[in-house]
Amino acid sequence: MTPIYLDHAATTPMSSTALAAMTHELAQTGNPSSLHGAGRRAHRVMEESRERLAAAAGAHASEVIFTSGGTESDNLALKGLYWNRNGADARRTRILVPVIEHHAVLDTAAWLEAHEGAQITWLPVDSDGVIDQEVLEAEITADPGSIALLTCMWANNEVGSVQPIAQIVALAEEHGIPVHADAVQAFTALPISFADSGLATMAISGHKIGGPVGIGALLVRRDIVLTPVQHGGGHERALRSGTLNAASAAGFAAAATEATANLAAESQRLATLRDTLIAGVRQQIPEAVFNGTADAQHTGTRLPGNAHFTFPGCEGDSLLFVLDMLGVHSSTGSACTAGVPRPSHVLLAMGRDEETARGAQRFTLGHSTGPEDVEKLVAALPEAYARAKKAGMAAQVSSIQTAGTGFSR
Amino acid sequence: MIYLDAAATTPVRQNVLDVIIPLLTHDYGNPSSTHQMGGSAKRALDYARETAAKTLGVRTGDIVFTSGGTESNNLAIKGLALGTPRGKHLLISAIEHPSVTEACHYLAKHHGFDLDIAPVDAQGILDLEAFTALLRPDTTLVSVMAVNNEVGTIQPIAEVAAAARAFGALVHCDGVQGAGWLEMAGIAAHVDALSLSGHKIGGLKGAGLLMVRGKLPLEPLVHGGGQERERRSGTENVAGAVATATALSLAAEANATGTAEGYGEHFISTVLDGLNTEGRIRARLTGDAGRRIPGIVSFVFPETGGETVLLELERRGVVCSSGSACAAGSTDPSHVLLAMGYDEDTAHTAVRLSFTRTVKEAEIATSARAVVAAVQAIAGV
Repeated sequence: MTPIYLDHAATTPMSSTALAAMTHELAQTGNPSSLHGAGRRAHRVMEESRERLAAAAGAHASEVIFTSGGTESDNLALKGLYWNRNGADARRTRILVPVIEHHAVLDTAAWLEAHEGAQITWLPVDSDGVIDQEVLEAEITADPGSIALLTCMWANNEVGSVQPIAQIVALAEEHGIPVHADAVQAFTALPISFADSGLATMAISGHKIGGPVGIGALLVRRDIVLTPVQHGGGHERALRSGTLNAASAAGFAAAATEATANLAAESQRLATLRDTLIAGVRQQIPEAVFNGTADAQHTGTRLPGNAHFTFPGCEGDSLLFVLDMLGVHSSTGSACTAGVPRPSHVLLAMGRDEETARGAQRFTLGHSTGPEDVEKLVAALPEAYARAKKAGMAAQVSSIQTAGTGFSR
Repeated sequence: MIYLDAAATTPVRQNVLDVIIPLLTHDYGNPSSTHQMGGSAKRALDYARETAAKTLGVRTGDIVFTSGGTESNNLAIKGLALGTPRGKHLLISAIEHPSVTEACHYLAKHHGFDLDIAPVDAQGILDLEAFTALLRPDTTLVSVMAVNNEVGTIQPIAEVAAAARAFGALVHCDGVQGAGWLEMAGIAAHVDALSLSGHKIGGLKGAGLLMVRGKLPLEPLVHGGGQERERRSGTENVAGAVATATALSLAAEANATGTAEGYGEHFISTVLDGLNTEGRIRARLTGDAGRRIPGIVSFVFPETGGETVLLELERRGVVCSSGSACAAGSTDPSHVLLAMGYDEDTAHTAVRLSFTRTVKEAEIATSARAVVAAVQAIAGV
């Protein structure tokens, strides 16, 4: 039985275009840094991929720094910006971080606090998981000179809420504070222009958009200086050393080009499927609670492929387990913490209590999802929910730590 | 065209492609997902880890998959140096790869480490006596490569490790260029950490591993979801890991059977005998004649200028390089050749021909003759 795969936010299969571009390059040889013909050919592939990716993201080719993925990109942005801004002015120690960020950002910020003298200012979100702009403004204006950087994800990976990046950047820009956005979930799902955004840096990933695993990029505005995380041969504007990976870059760029070309139609298709899914779940399980912004009018306030619920009286892991047995693949939140029996830090930040948060289930749709997948999920859900509820809540564990980070706060 | 630049990168091996294609198409799950597809991906990753560990003769907990050799070197050096609260002294050789040297410079600049660089002799072999004399009671970490990427010389890792251990220092080895020709389990046995890259041995670019003893404290380079036992965060590149492990295990098999073992020697004697006639020295082998891997042969041509031989060889269909691909395009002479005592002009004439054990005998014979003919043409012999 082919499983119903509703976990595209964890990873999505490669598109056939991306796979073709990548395998074509896997059959070629050449280090893009080599000067001979084979090297120059690989270099051309690399630079064409850079240009295509830049075009898809609304950036200039020179702003694309290829990395090994979204996590490395977030690390390079936060550490690179912090070291540079703090190095230029030692008063700049604060990092403004919304509490709902991905672990790649949370753990990096926590590391900077533990080891590099940074201070994290946590930014709260409302009950839909959207950043509180009043608090943000107050935190900035109180002491702008002490802020090294502000980071904010473009869209949340668990509950799908899109953040008001334009307003956030506008608030920071007044005081010359650079803003980093983790756009791993948003890129190719929402219309994004790096140039128009005013962001200093933006992280994107290959395997979330139909490209290969193991490649991502950090877009770095041309006037932004970063201190590198990985040193060596001086590749990628000396911001990220390591042999250039032309095959994966070609696959990544092909996926980005294809997805952005189809963005309007595909996001409409997915949002409609998502709404069908939401309506189906509500009909089958009236007590299920939908989380995040609703975006009923499809104005782009929620990721088109994301539906997130909490199911009262059952453990999310139990529901996932039963659904899996019934052939439906879902997630309790983020794959990065899957299997960890802790409530989601995102839901807690949105004001849910611990027991509610533990009943979370995320269904994420992607390019290979069709109406039949949604139908099968909706059909399987009543039995799955009944069985998961019967299993009951697992033994309560300590609520001091959340799934968000191993660091206490 | 004969491709003799394996030290820069190698083609992906067919056997490697065969095992990874299903991972790129059908079994695409995220190993951290708890559903069945996540489970399949996790099993593939476990297989890669077990294969790599078995090949290197270490525990599975000692394997950290990374994005390649550069990241492995960065993780080993910064991770062990910052994770070990013992002195602040680093010792490396003068011929290390820039990913090692630059990682050390970063620690010196930003974390107050002292960095000492031990010289090599004219044959491109670490001067053990000088190295040992530079060891200190507070030496945190030493790093010496298994095989030099430019001249192919094999470094005395066992002796380096013994000397360093006498001072209680940790030992890292950049094994990237050794994996295709040396028994890596033998090297892994001596060291605390060993860096390997996939694409130098027929695996994928963007994938490599660090063997690092699981019990050692290691400060991560990349923070996030806590993958790889909190040592390297980021969604695991399952296809990349399987490719690295498969390539490593295939290389170990070929190393055991000694395939192509004599090719380097044949290449060198063809070139030297063909050019050094009438009492003239038109070609000089760089690096020790005996203590070298067969897969990197490198020369300087004192009677030619700049990169003329390299260009002439490409015209004749032999693709090779002047040294490291990372430094390609740079007008600086090789730091390795300068450390060996060559003058700048001679260093500029360097040509490196490198290949794996899958090279064909005819490719070796043809390109060795092409080197002779190219230099003769330029020197007007």
